[in-house]
Amino acid sequence: MGTTFFQRADYVAITPEVVLALFGLGILLIDFLIEEKRDKYLNAVTALIGLAMAFVQLLRFWRGTLLPMPYSGFGGTLVLDSFAIYFQSLIVVATAVVVLISAKYLEIEEAHFGEYYALLLFSAVGMMFMASGRDLIVLFIALELMALCEYVLTGFLRGDRRSNEAAMKFFLLGAFSSGLLLYGMSLLYGLSGSTNLAVIAERLADRPAGDPLSWMAMTTLLAGLFFKVAAVPFHQWTPDAYEGAPTSITAFISVAPKAASFAILLRILMAGLWPMREDWKLLTIGVAVATMTLGNLAAITQTNIKRFFGYSTISHVGYLLLGLIAAADGNPEGLTAIAIYLLVYTFMNLGAFAVIIMMRRQNLIGDEIDDLSGLMTRAPGLAILMLIFLLSLAGIPPTAGFIGKYFIFLSLIQTQHYVLAVVAVLYAVVALYYYFRIVVAMFMKNPLDSVPLATSTGLSVALGVTLTLTLVVGVYPQPFILFAREAVRPFFSF
Amino acid sequence: MTLLQIAFFFLSALALASAILVITRRNAVHSVIWLIVTLFSVGGIFLLLHAEFLFAVQVILYVGGIMVLFLFVVMLVNLDVAVKQAQFSRQWQLALATAIILMAELAYGIYRGHQGFTLAQTSAVPPTIGNTQAVALALYQDYMLPVEIASVLLLVAMVGAVVMAKRKLE
Amino acid sequence: MIPIHWYLMLGTALFTVGVIGVLTRRNVIVILMSIELILNAVNVNLVAFSDYFRSVDGQVFVIFVITDAAAEAAIGLALIIALFRNKETVNADEIDLLKW
Repeated sequence: MGTTFFQRADYVAITPEVVLALFGLGILLIDFLIEEKRDKYLNAVTALIGLAMAFVQLLRFWRGTLLPMPYSGFGGTLVLDSFAIYFQSLIVVATAVVVLISAKYLEIEEAHFGEYYALLLFSAVGMMFMASGRDLIVLFIALELMALCEYVLTGFLRGDRRSNEAAMKFFLLGAFSSGLLLYGMSLLYGLSGSTNLAVIAERLADRPAGDPLSWMAMTTLLAGLFFKVAAVPFHQWTPDAYEGAPTSITAFISVAPKAASFAILLRILMAGLWPMREDWKLLTIGVAVATMTLGNLAAITQTNIKRFFGYSTISHVGYLLLGLIAAADGNPEGLTAIAIYLLVYTFMNLGAFAVIIMMRRQNLIGDEIDDLSGLMTRAPGLAILMLIFLLSLAGIPPTAGFIGKYFIFLSLIQTQHYVLAVVAVLYAVVALYYYFRIVVAMFMKNPLDSVPLATSTGLSVALGVTLTLTLVVGVYPQPFILFAREAVRPFFSF
Repeated sequence: MTLLQIAFFFLSALALASAILVITRRNAVHSVIWLIVTLFSVGGIFLLLHAEFLFAVQVILYVGGIMVLFLFVVMLVNLDVAVKQAQFSRQWQLALATAIILMAELAYGIYRGHQGFTLAQTSAVPPTIGNTQAVALALYQDYMLPVEIASVLLLVAMVGAVVMAKRKLE
Repeated sequence: MIPIHWYLMLGTALFTVGVIGVLTRRNVIVILMSIELILNAVNVNLVAFSDYFRSVDGQVFVIFVITDAAAEAAIGLALIIALFRNKETVNADEIDLLKW
């Protein structure tokens, strides 16, 4: 203790987060000054400017013009490597798309308040630190920042009982899982005498094989983390929170926090618990298979589209966990697969939600699968877009979803997990079936109502962005694969 | 048995007994009171472990702040009905079994693993600076970044609580 | 001298009581208090290790855990108030609109 601890460069390294936090504060102030209700979109514009600035800064980090890469700051509690920047960029872009699809929806729900955008930005701050933290304390406090924002946003429609209940359940299970996570972290600190992941990895390597304490630390820690990524058997909050939350927030929590939670999971497992990889690989195999099974089978019978996407998310989490199994065998392609899958999943899922959110109109909740009936006759362009997103979610070439699944299968085959690969392919067929239920509703059934869809400029832009990425990654994936390979390099160079 | 050990056993027994009372009382106000007792005994444990600053934080922040908030809410929401209703959810046998397995597992692990804690031992030299000073130095030097993130966290808690609990947003 | 694993046993026991509370109680406020018990179990562990290693890292961690407990309590209790306004219940399994 007692030496100099931070320099100017340390603060340069957190500029994107600082910008977002300042814009969040700014929105709270601006919202105060806006008198006309129809001027509330100014908050959304402010949020977008902040996100754009953060994104530009992240691009400069990526090119390495501002700081030497990888940069370790704040006494080693923060590390800005390609992995962190990749996930931070993904989080920023996903949050921006969510802002785009929110404005119109909130207006219809009569809940267009500045706090909404401020909380989105604060939540993004937490998620970005989840990607760049290398210390248990930073990771924990960042995770809680994200989680608290999520709870409030889920319950944002205060007059709606479903929103209240969803927030309550999400909160109780989330706080409980944080408790489990913390217990694991406390044991990990006891095992290593440090909260730094690099030191933890060193000390864990010295522990005897089959040491019960490190095993306990790992299982409680993993239980907490599996809660956050919604893996079976810790998935119960997902369908409820998805159904009750405002649709724009359902879109948000299905992508950005998912990416951040995977970032923290990968960081802890790959950088901290790497010496125990044989143990967590076994656990992950069981959890991944259970997650795919439950997610895919439960999605078949859903009638509510938000709930349906809850289970669909769970099944995608199952696929993502498979990549982790390949990574545990020392195959970098497993992590590349996770990185590229998350990128792809973020945009196809947001695209699908951008269509679903248009079903919410004045006096019409529009969150049943039947509400999409006859979309082809009412808005052919939109129906085609939804079809593309669904094909991508099911993993059909030449859409982006195929690239994600392809890399997962490839990494499994490279590490000789043939049985898992076969199981994963079989469940992909099941997924095809339930995604086509929606297609059938859109193309073969007759419309239930004739109320015009809720469109807006923001929604069109969001659809444009998500569609472009879904198609471009599918047709010309090489640059994205290179990005993903670069992103996971930090874990395989030590 | 030394005086310290007697103090430890007294405080642990008190903490555990009141913790069990917290989760078994019918009236939520009683639960809050017992939780306060638990928090005080845990604070006492902190003193045994030479963490004087945390003892103060525990008493002022936890008991004086968080628990008062709990009491407010317990009294704000009408609990007369809840007291007369069943207190445990229907799947309680299952939950209890899970928890007992968990406890057996954890206790076994700690019983078997306690010798394993020798390898990370650092210096046995008593600290030269006071506890509060040491905590402050660590907090504002090694852990500056989490302090900054925590400031946003507390802001979110404030904004979030206002958003959720305010009667009508304009 | 008090051996370190005594403290860990206390932490484990408190943790288990908290877990049982979360899993079995219906009253949302009591569930929230059980979560506070879990956090206290974590704090006992952290401070015990901190004393054992003669380093304050664990105590700093506890400060953040308490910060988080305060933030969580504020949000959780506000959610309870919002829920109670719409539904006049504090029982977790009566929150049934979305199938508990």
